[in-house]
Amino acid sequence: MSFLHFLILLPFLACIFIPFIYKKLNIHLGWIVVFVPLFIFINYLLFIPSISKGNYHAFSMPWIPSLGINFDIYMDGLALLFGLIISGVGTLVVVYSIFYMDKNREALHNFYIYLLLFMGAMLGLVSSDHVLVLYTLWELTSVSSFLLIAYWYERKKSRAGALKAMIITVFGGLAMLAGLIILSIIADTYSIREMIANVGIIKESSLFIPALILILIGAFTKSAQFPFSIWLPDAMEAPTPVSAYLHSATMVKAGIYLVARMTPIFGGSATWFWLVSGIGLVTLMYGSFRAVRQTDLKALLAFSTISQLGLIMSLLGVGSAALYYTNGEAQTFYAFALFAALFHLFNHATFKGALFMVVGIIDHETGTRDIRRLGGLMAIMPATFTIALIGSLAMAGLPPFNGFLSKEMFFTGMLRATEVNMFSLEWLTSIFPVVAWVASVFTFIYCFILLVKPFLGELNQSRLPKEKVHEAPIGMLIPPIILGLLVVFVFFFPNLIGKYLLNPALYATLSAEVPAFEIIAWHGFGTELWMTIGVIVFGLLLFFSIKRWTIIFRVFPDQLSINSLYMSGLENMEKKSVSLTDRYMTGNIRHYLLYIFIVTFSVLIIALVGFDGISFDFSTNSYITIYDIGIVIAMVAAAFTTLLTTNRITAIVSLGAVGYIMVMLFVIFRAPDLALTQMVVETATTALFLLCFYHLPKLGKRIEKMKFKLTNLIVSILVGVTVTIMTLVATGHRLFTPINEFFENAYELAGAKNIVNAILVDFRGFDTMLEIAVLFIAGIGVYTLIKLRPKGDDSQ
Amino acid sequence: MEYLILILAGILFATAIYNILQKQLLRIIIGTVLLSHGAHLVILTMGKLKRGQPPILDDSVTSYTDPLPQALILTSIVISFGITSLLLVLSYRAANENKTDNMDEMRGESNE
Repeated sequence: MSFLHFLILLPFLACIFIPFIYKKLNIHLGWIVVFVPLFIFINYLLFIPSISKGNYHAFSMPWIPSLGINFDIYMDGLALLFGLIISGVGTLVVVYSIFYMDKNREALHNFYIYLLLFMGAMLGLVSSDHVLVLYTLWELTSVSSFLLIAYWYERKKSRAGALKAMIITVFGGLAMLAGLIILSIIADTYSIREMIANVGIIKESSLFIPALILILIGAFTKSAQFPFSIWLPDAMEAPTPVSAYLHSATMVKAGIYLVARMTPIFGGSATWFWLVSGIGLVTLMYGSFRAVRQTDLKALLAFSTISQLGLIMSLLGVGSAALYYTNGEAQTFYAFALFAALFHLFNHATFKGALFMVVGIIDHETGTRDIRRLGGLMAIMPATFTIALIGSLAMAGLPPFNGFLSKEMFFTGMLRATEVNMFSLEWLTSIFPVVAWVASVFTFIYCFILLVKPFLGELNQSRLPKEKVHEAPIGMLIPPIILGLLVVFVFFFPNLIGKYLLNPALYATLSAEVPAFEIIAWHGFGTELWMTIGVIVFGLLLFFSIKRWTIIFRVFPDQLSINSLYMSGLENMEKKSVSLTDRYMTGNIRHYLLYIFIVTFSVLIIALVGFDGISFDFSTNSYITIYDIGIVIAMVAAAFTTLLTTNRITAIVSLGAVGYIMVMLFVIFRAPDLALTQMVVETATTALFLLCFYHLPKLGKRIEKMKFKLTNLIVSILVGVTVTIMTLVATGHRLFTPINEFFENAYELAGAKNIVNAILVDFRGFDTMLEIAVLFIAGIGVYTLIKLRPKGDDSQ
Repeated sequence: MEYLILILAGILFATAIYNILQKQLLRIIIGTVLLSHGAHLVILTMGKLKRGQPPILDDSVTSYTDPLPQALILTSIVISFGITSLLLVLSYRAANENKTDNMDEMRGESNE
């Protein structure tokens, strides 16, 4: 166990102690918890110097060594970038939650345990080299996210949102597990690094495409890509710190991380390029389009997160073309898109975290998040407004904020995508920049809605649930202020994070040598700048005419939304499975018996016919006498009488007749002991039958004809014929000589002249002992059934 | 002889199954008894029929019938007797408690 292992396991360790200290604390629990992410963050910062030089750190810790499963950690640029975001935003979120979550009214120990579980899982996820460990932690993030969304479990909407998020992300997680297993079978290793080293073998495998698609399903569900994005808006029922942390900065980027991590393995193939960039662009368009319509601030932010994740995803897709080329120049050309993706990933974590915190402040201070009720908060909450201004303008992609830089780089990446000419369907790439531009216009509009609706205009106090609205406490403002400052700082000094974080991360994503990129804030009047200016002009025009064109949303009815498709699908699945089960599970024992007989004996017949098993050999058969035929006919007659009679007494007596004819058969076949036992047993059984019959007074008098059912007849004939054929085949084929000659030693070995009795009590005495036990148990059962009655029941 | 007995066993099986698929409890038990008769016949036939004398050691006899199937059937007869008696008492009790011996009417609650 290395120090890095300790850092990753630290949140889990802290979870253990929280319940013990929680009750004894007088201060807010968050003040203790905050040291965990802070400690991790500081130690992660210490990794920067060595990672930025191109080094990496690998540690191993045995978990299940016999299966080759070890907690292997691989710390490179990508893992460090994610680790810093997770621990850094984590620290700020914990500080924010200290002021957001009420100490007296909330179950804080639950909250922080879930949060720390999530943090540890996420940290381990991004630095795990072992795919199965990665999967384990992946599911742990799903579970802890489920717990966090349903934190206010007494609310119905929280539970519904949590359930939906769970179903969708676990579905994706399981698909991903299948993909990872396929991948590790192809590459014959669980280690991602070794897979990258053996990428040639993987690319030639016929299972390459299935593994690719399954892993992408995992990444797309987690990162809320189209059409799996529906869980994210419903996850907004979680407390705002959770939304800020999980559903904007960290968990939803796990899918992005997976795609980036798998790029060296799958990148360069046409399927990967089209799926990742295509789905990314569709998500970008869908998210930004839907966000404009939202009236709840958090729902707006959820859709904007979906759209921004789509943006990053599409850049990762375009950037994967870099792996198609081996020469430096073309590779660098597309690697720039990957670089832009990583840059925007970082930027998004900063401004989206800040925006969620702002929305949380508004919610906390006014009591509502509905933009139709809010307005004119600028004068009351100047600090909050400033942060919202920074965050939303960064998200819209305006200078002087970091979003401007990454959006320009996004346009560059999309423009370069049009020059992709190595995959089929090249003409499709020409619409990439158009989609990107239109989506950016919508992004601009919803960013302005976010900024203008709550803060400008007039404040209507009567519409607000809370009495007196005022600025948030300073502690609540500090985390978003830090994030806001970072947004501005990155704009002015982008190369600081570019050099120390993004270039090492790019190197890890590409696993190939490319020259380090410089981020230039001002690169002249290029196409990208004109596109941005176009976005601003059209965005403002559309924003001010918003009332006129929102009619187009009515063209798409709600019933056709993915959400209602999902809901009705879920409902129908339940209904259909219930009706299916009701159809075959009738509760009628006859039906179950029919299923059993039909299946068993049809399978036997099919197997016999299918393997050419039917061959008879009557050569060794013994002779038949006229007595034998008479006895057999008598037995058949007796057996049929049990069926054909309407009188039960007749049925019982003919059953007795069958038994006594059995005795005669035993006599003919030289089995004296059997004949004796059968006679006694048959007598006793018949007596019991009659006794039973006699003691059913009401039922005894009733004479009832059996109803004829053709199915019953067919099934009975099927069973009888199968038994006869099977045994006839079996009796004609004797594979080994019987061991009956051994038992002729009965006198020497056991001192008995009756061989059957010697077998029963000497050679195979165990059978007899247990058979006695069976009789004993049956006797107790009979006694119990007759004697024991429920209390108060005196009937006999 | 063997095929005659096996056809007989098949007929016993068929009548047994037809009885078991009925609704009256008593018929079902009659079916199980017939079924065990059929099974005993099959076991006996598998050991070949009518080869030699009863399996009682005697110096004058050179060939005995196979004693092992007989021992197995003996065990089986006793066990099926135990089961049959238990089933009979169980059906007696069930019919008394439920005031019916019709299997269709002996159902649990619909939401069970």
